[in-house]
Amino acid sequence: MMKRRLSPMKTQEWLWGYIFVAPLILGIAVFYMWPVIQTFYFSFTEWGAFNKYSWSGLKNYERLLQDKVLWGAFRNTLVFVVWSVPLTVIFSIIVAALLNQKVRGLTIYRTLYFLPVVTMPAAVSIVWKWLYNGDYGFINYILSFFHIQGPTWLSDPKFALYAVIVVAVWMAIGNNMIILLSGLQGISSSYYEAAELDGAGPFYKFFNITLPLLTPTIFFVMVMQLISAFQMFDLIFMMIGDKSIAIESAQTVVFIFYKYAFLDNAKGYASTIAIVLLVVILIITAIQMRLQKKWVHYE
Amino acid sequence: MKRIFMLTLLALMVMVAGCSGGGTSSDDGGKTSTSTEGQGQTDSNTTDSKETVTITYAGWGTSGYKDAYAMIVKAFEEKHPNIKIKIEDTPNKQYWQKLETAANGDNLPDVFWMNGPRFMQYAANDMLMPLGTLIKQDNYDMNNYPKSLVDLYTYDGQSYGIPKDFDTIGVWYNKALFDEKKVEYPNASWDWNKMIDAAQKLTDPAKGQWGIAANFDSQGGYYNTIYQAGGYMISDDKKSSGYDKPEAIEGIKFWTDLIHKYKASPTMAQMTDTEALNMFTSGKVAMLWEGSWNAVDFANNDYLKDKIGVAALPKGKQQSVVIHGLGHVMSKNTKHPKEAWEFLKFLGSKEVADIHTKTGVAIPAFNGTQDAWVKSQPNLDLQIFIDQLAYSKPYPVSKYTAKWSGLESDILKKAWSGELSPEEAGKQMAAKMNEALAAE
Repeated sequence: MMKRRLSPMKTQEWLWGYIFVAPLILGIAVFYMWPVIQTFYFSFTEWGAFNKYSWSGLKNYERLLQDKVLWGAFRNTLVFVVWSVPLTVIFSIIVAALLNQKVRGLTIYRTLYFLPVVTMPAAVSIVWKWLYNGDYGFINYILSFFHIQGPTWLSDPKFALYAVIVVAVWMAIGNNMIILLSGLQGISSSYYEAAELDGAGPFYKFFNITLPLLTPTIFFVMVMQLISAFQMFDLIFMMIGDKSIAIESAQTVVFIFYKYAFLDNAKGYASTIAIVLLVVILIITAIQMRLQKKWVHYE
Repeated sequence: MKRIFMLTLLALMVMVAGCSGGGTSSDDGGKTSTSTEGQGQTDSNTTDSKETVTITYAGWGTSGYKDAYAMIVKAFEEKHPNIKIKIEDTPNKQYWQKLETAANGDNLPDVFWMNGPRFMQYAANDMLMPLGTLIKQDNYDMNNYPKSLVDLYTYDGQSYGIPKDFDTIGVWYNKALFDEKKVEYPNASWDWNKMIDAAQKLTDPAKGQWGIAANFDSQGGYYNTIYQAGGYMISDDKKSSGYDKPEAIEGIKFWTDLIHKYKASPTMAQMTDTEALNMFTSGKVAMLWEGSWNAVDFANNDYLKDKIGVAALPKGKQQSVVIHGLGHVMSKNTKHPKEAWEFLKFLGSKEVADIHTKTGVAIPAFNGTQDAWVKSQPNLDLQIFIDQLAYSKPYPVSKYTAKWSGLESDILKKAWSGELSPEEAGKQMAAKMNEALAAE
């Protein structure tokens, strides 16, 4: 175990330390690490009725390579990531910067932007579904004033995914805004005072002081946002659903995982998909960690 | 103090070991030897008549069943003071998920609801108690139920379930919209052409009003028209698909033509955005093919109450309608087979059927009790649902129905949206379905 000889006193302290963190460690071990290990094992098995399963070696991985539907889902997920992550981060920075001023009614604005975060995704989906409705939706009602016949947004393969992206961005802003706000408040005001003495305008200050000093926070937000974008499921499931004619052009990897695991009862193959997604996310996060040296400035 | 901490730690350790040990399962099926006791069940395995025994009863009764449940339990417990009934009610969406999980852990409810598509999977995997011997020893009369339903719950010549209720499909229509366009109401003499003709007359694009909703629905829609065209979804020996046969394609074409050729129905995209049922209950659609289970909702709907009518399905090449019914089954591994059987018999009795007719949710399967259900909504001609029994055909099932019924919505919906022709959709569907059937 331990190479160094510890005094009895130290041993005591160590032991107590472990005892205090034990509940948390155990929780993570039981409800997180163990399922991950099990999922990895299941990805080499074949499942039948009533969860009877047998070892099938690499068969699931072979099937995955030829699964056109899954690759389509990966494509959709990438589209989702490529659009939603930058938009979310950019809007969050703008909103956070605006809410960092001294405006009247600041708390009201902050609450408004934060509301989508505390609302259940199910409720958000239902409301947006009505806004997007082709025949009776608010969006098409507005368009009709300009004599435009709007599409059935969520049931049209061309628009469905992008309609969901809009909602996802709108939902994610609140959370990231709070994180970025705390980052903004950590920037010392002496920088701004110095810049003002040199006659710097607000835009100059924003791009040359605020943004560079905010990069650590932006980096954190981006990593988290990317991971959650890759795991998009709930909005797709509730706003489009597996019966829709637009689902093929909007289903994400996790949605496909759900379909295989719980609708087709192919839990072994679904585990394979989960593992592959985990690897993809790990690789992308590793790349981000590498790249941060290039653009993240720590004071 | 320190000892308490150590003990807590120890307890946690044991919990983890328990979880991981109990959570894994051997390769030959998910039976855990350490199944937990005490889930509302008594620990005793001896069923002494003096002891109180609790029987769990699971279903997906909606709010409409609440009163019926209470009455049934009360009536049964009065007769059997030593048996308590514990009801586990789950919404249908989660019911099968939950049941499957319970089956894996050997924790199936003692008595529970079963449907056609899932039945064979449970029977073939030895999850259900075969009732043959019990029926014989008690002279239980299975002739009290429609034969098609008794057969639905028979596997390998052995009965596993007692029919609970059944449902057939009818044409629900909005009289107000018919009167407005001076079209005669649908009736049993109608054929497809008459239906299409009426649907066109009732369509009014300016008002955003359609004659019929060509809803993409199996039981309420294309299953019926495929049968009416003389086709079938699955062969009698459960070995091959009928979707690529010209008759089946004819049955699909009936619906897709209503959308694309006659423009008498909302498009698939519109019906995805707003459910056909909601269009009907808000007066945007004049006709809707839907099940008998809607009778209560439609009769109590504020808008439809005084406008709603119902008629038998029109005739294609022949008259036909899909019938499906639920069954009551009991778990093979129940701890109290005797008491569960008592309760199962009671659920199949005329007394319970009469309780159900009062609430009017479903048509009881017990022969002769249907009249009361028909009378439960005096303003509606519910008799048509019973009369159609004469030419009803079974809901298509196989051992693993779910393996191909999911394909229906994946592939056939493309015919509704116009992406594929009915012929092409039928061909693709049959190819995929035959693959799935070959693997059974």
